Amino acid sequence: MTETIKHHLNDAILMAYAAGSLPEAFNLMVASHLSLCDSCRAQAESFDALGGEVLDQMRRDDVADLQPESLEATLALILGGPVDKPHAAETDACGVLPKPLRDYVGGDLEAIRWKPVGMGVKQAILPTSKDASARLLFIPAGTAMPDHGHHGTEMTMVLKGAFQDDDDYFARGDVEIADSDMHHTPVADIHEDCICLAVADAPLQFDRLIPKIAQRFLQI
Amino acid sequence: MLWVEHVARIRDDQDTQAFAELFAHFAPRVKGFLMKSGADASLAEECAQDVMATLWHKSHQFDPARASVATWIFTIARNRRIDLIRRQRRPEPEDLTWGPEEEPDQEDVLTLQQETEILGAALAELPDAQRELIEKAYFGDLTHSEIAAETGLPLGTIKSRIRLALDRLRHAMK
Repeated sequence: MTETIKHHLNDAILMAYAAGSLPEAFNLMVASHLSLCDSCRAQAESFDALGGEVLDQMRRDDVADLQPESLEATLALILGGPVDKPHAAETDACGVLPKPLRDYVGGDLEAIRWKPVGMGVKQAILPTSKDASARLLFIPAGTAMPDHGHHGTEMTMVLKGAFQDDDDYFARGDVEIADSDMHHTPVADIHEDCICLAVADAPLQFDRLIPKIAQRFLQI
Repeated sequence: MLWVEHVARIRDDQDTQAFAELFAHFAPRVKGFLMKSGADASLAEECAQDVMATLWHKSHQFDPARASVATWIFTIARNRRIDLIRRQRRPEPEDLTWGPEEEPDQEDVLTLQQETEILGAALAELPDAQRELIEKAYFGDLTHSEIAAETGLPLGTIKSRIRLALDRLRHAMK
């Protein structure tokens, strides 16, 4: 599966993920994509390696003095702490949602609490910090999303089914990255309903009337 | 192979001497890293101790065919920073940790560790302005849209080495 992904995360996002400076919703997107894409995972781990070198080569005046007895205090922590046992990786080959998403949803597809937003489209907002938003989208087969712009960066990854956007086709694991000046018209593939993870910079507003929610939805 | 043996000694023999040597090098750096990222001295001290204790407890999870010890400690410290300072969850990709019987190939380990040293040497030789930008990115002083990804550093070779290690893990799990 991992070989068929054509639309990947870019280096800026992967480096920010390694640096730990992304909002939680974007971390969730990256972790979900890396679970499906070995190529991006290897690139992300290369940026981790760069972080390791930055730490290792920290300038002398940035290196902090420890408190006296710091080592002894740490050894005491070690004696008191739980020892992790080696474990084989947990894999769930039949799941549609990658593990990081299952953790947020509380299960696989059947655990998603969908809310209709019109035109047969449904969404489920995931609980992340407010500096960005994450939601799952259900788009019926063959349904076109009206043309919409963006406030900030939006990333959409296909989990099930596929969608077409102009000349590009996005299937499971593919990510579409759109910035604020991009207008696009994704259409779900006719053969299957499409489920996506979408994350965006702009904070969500919950205290609106229903039509406003629909309008808001079109502008994510 | 810098520090890899130390982690093996902690894992296999609960060797406190090996731990003390690792601690002397890394704990002040981890504390400095956390202070650069906005923690005060006492929180940074507490976190640094916690990061080093985690290294001990998770020493069996360290895969030297995929990461250097410095890389591994960096990821633990970064995750603590997100937990404690930013108070957010950090979603991690699906686990590919090896089972207890899966020892990595020594040659893979050697190559990955060497490539990390080459990366380190390249970082040390960067012009000051570019190096500062990278430090800022990792110390959390830049937002993701400000982070320039064009570093010109030899990340490609490390990437293919990590890719091989991932293939090995995926294959081992079948």
